[in-house]
Amino acid sequence: MSKDAVLRAKDLNVFYKNRKRKLFRGSKKIQILHDVSFEMGEGEVLAIAGESGCGKSTLARAIVGINRDYTGELWQKYRGPQMVFQDPYNSLNPAKKVGWLLEEPLKVDKSRKWTKEERKEKVKEIMKEIELPLEMLERFPSQLSGGQRQRVCIGIALMREPKLLIADEPVSALDVTIQAQIMELLRSLHKRLGISIIFISHDLRVVYQISDHVMIMKSGKVIEYGETKEVYRNPQAEYTKELLIAAGIRKQATL
Amino acid sequence: MNNSSRIFKKIKKDPYLMAGLIITGIILLMIIVGLFWMPYEPTKMSASEKLQGISFKHIMGTDNMGRDVFSRVMYGSRVTLLIAIGTVTIGALAGTVIGALTGYYGGAFDEVVMRVIDALFAFPSILLALVIVSVFGTGWVQLLMSLGIAFIPSFARIVRGEVLRCRNMDYVASAKLQGVSDVRMIFVHILPNIKGVMASSILIGFNNAVLAEAGLSYLGVGSQPPYASLGKMLSDAQQYMFTTPSYCLCPGVVIVLMVLGFSFLGEGIRRWE
Repeated sequence: MSKDAVLRAKDLNVFYKNRKRKLFRGSKKIQILHDVSFEMGEGEVLAIAGESGCGKSTLARAIVGINRDYTGELWQKYRGPQMVFQDPYNSLNPAKKVGWLLEEPLKVDKSRKWTKEERKEKVKEIMKEIELPLEMLERFPSQLSGGQRQRVCIGIALMREPKLLIADEPVSALDVTIQAQIMELLRSLHKRLGISIIFISHDLRVVYQISDHVMIMKSGKVIEYGETKEVYRNPQAEYTKELLIAAGIRKQATL
Repeated sequence: MNNSSRIFKKIKKDPYLMAGLIITGIILLMIIVGLFWMPYEPTKMSASEKLQGISFKHIMGTDNMGRDVFSRVMYGSRVTLLIAIGTVTIGALAGTVIGALTGYYGGAFDEVVMRVIDALFAFPSILLALVIVSVFGTGWVQLLMSLGIAFIPSFARIVRGEVLRCRNMDYVASAKLQGVSDVRMIFVHILPNIKGVMASSILIGFNNAVLAEAGLSYLGVGSQPPYASLGKMLSDAQQYMFTTPSYCLCPGVVIVLMVLGFSFLGEGIRRWE
């Protein structure tokens, strides 16, 4: 790869603890990801696609550090990757106003102290980035639509200027027109701020719109990896072909 | 302005909230007036006016020592309310902290602490009070302590359950990614989300505290003469139940009103959303 890597995973195995606990018996671990290896270049958009339950979100959670139960190598160039969650209806604290939610990442920033004025200034800047009017700072999440909430989530993720943003199915819970708007926002943020984005989706049409590279996963394993256009034009794995056919992008070869 | 008129409208629509506010308002008014003025000195005895029924001179009659029952009820509800407030404060503060920590951290810590709480839960509060009183002697501090400790488990359980529910929400994961510390997470991010549940359980706690205090005083463990709480008055009055019914009815009715008022308020707050 010509460009510098921001993220490199080698033989990554990620586990989850079994929730069902029994007295006097240790909790069993379930392995979700099996030997996942990939590299991601700086400033690119990498899409991770696959059916539900294939380990896409597990991979995302391991990368950002929510789930630290893994073996193998997971190297990152920058600290503090941020994440946008799938469901905008429970990824915003319902008890807090939008302004408060946006300020919070700065209040808990250990690397530097932000004065009140600086915080307000930065919040205004971000509100412009996510294209929301400033009046919304005084609203509670329950007073926003799904698309507006997802914009706020993206805003919160951007507050500390991360170099790597993980978007875990950011448009799956939204309707089609709003989906397009959020995709447009992500694309313009990517262009303007130059951040690397991992875009997780099960929707291959959406993936095609935004990504440079695509990684197809199934049951915790990487099935195929390559440049998006190349993979779509000439899929190698049988599973990728099936997915493309199911999405209506590729015609059934026989019949 | 707009906001307060909206709240007022909402209160007017909810019969529970309305009834709760009126009843508690009356009791509070009586207590507040009692701070400045009472018809008689609540401890003043009068040998010639023993055990009188309801009259204009004594609107709730007099007791076996000729003291004015209404003045004593005014004073007694103040004592009862203060004990209830103290009890609920101790129980809610300690219970919230314990419940929030166990719910948030989980694991072995949760397991151990919750089993202790369960044991406390299974222990009758009256027995606990009797033990504490027999060790430390009688008095309102001991009463407050025993009732407060007895109230911790219910708050801890409620808060733990709510924290468990919130802990797995994505907004907690998102806050964790930003580097929010555990303490800040619990008290700034999670607890504000359960304030509705807490408010109604605090009011229900008030009820139980009023009843528990009355019960303990009835057993003679609570406040000591000559100053009386409502429960103490009730226990003194029981021998004269048939000769002077007003003596035991009046404090009894005030206890019932207090409990009813708090229950209605609690129910109203629970249904606020």
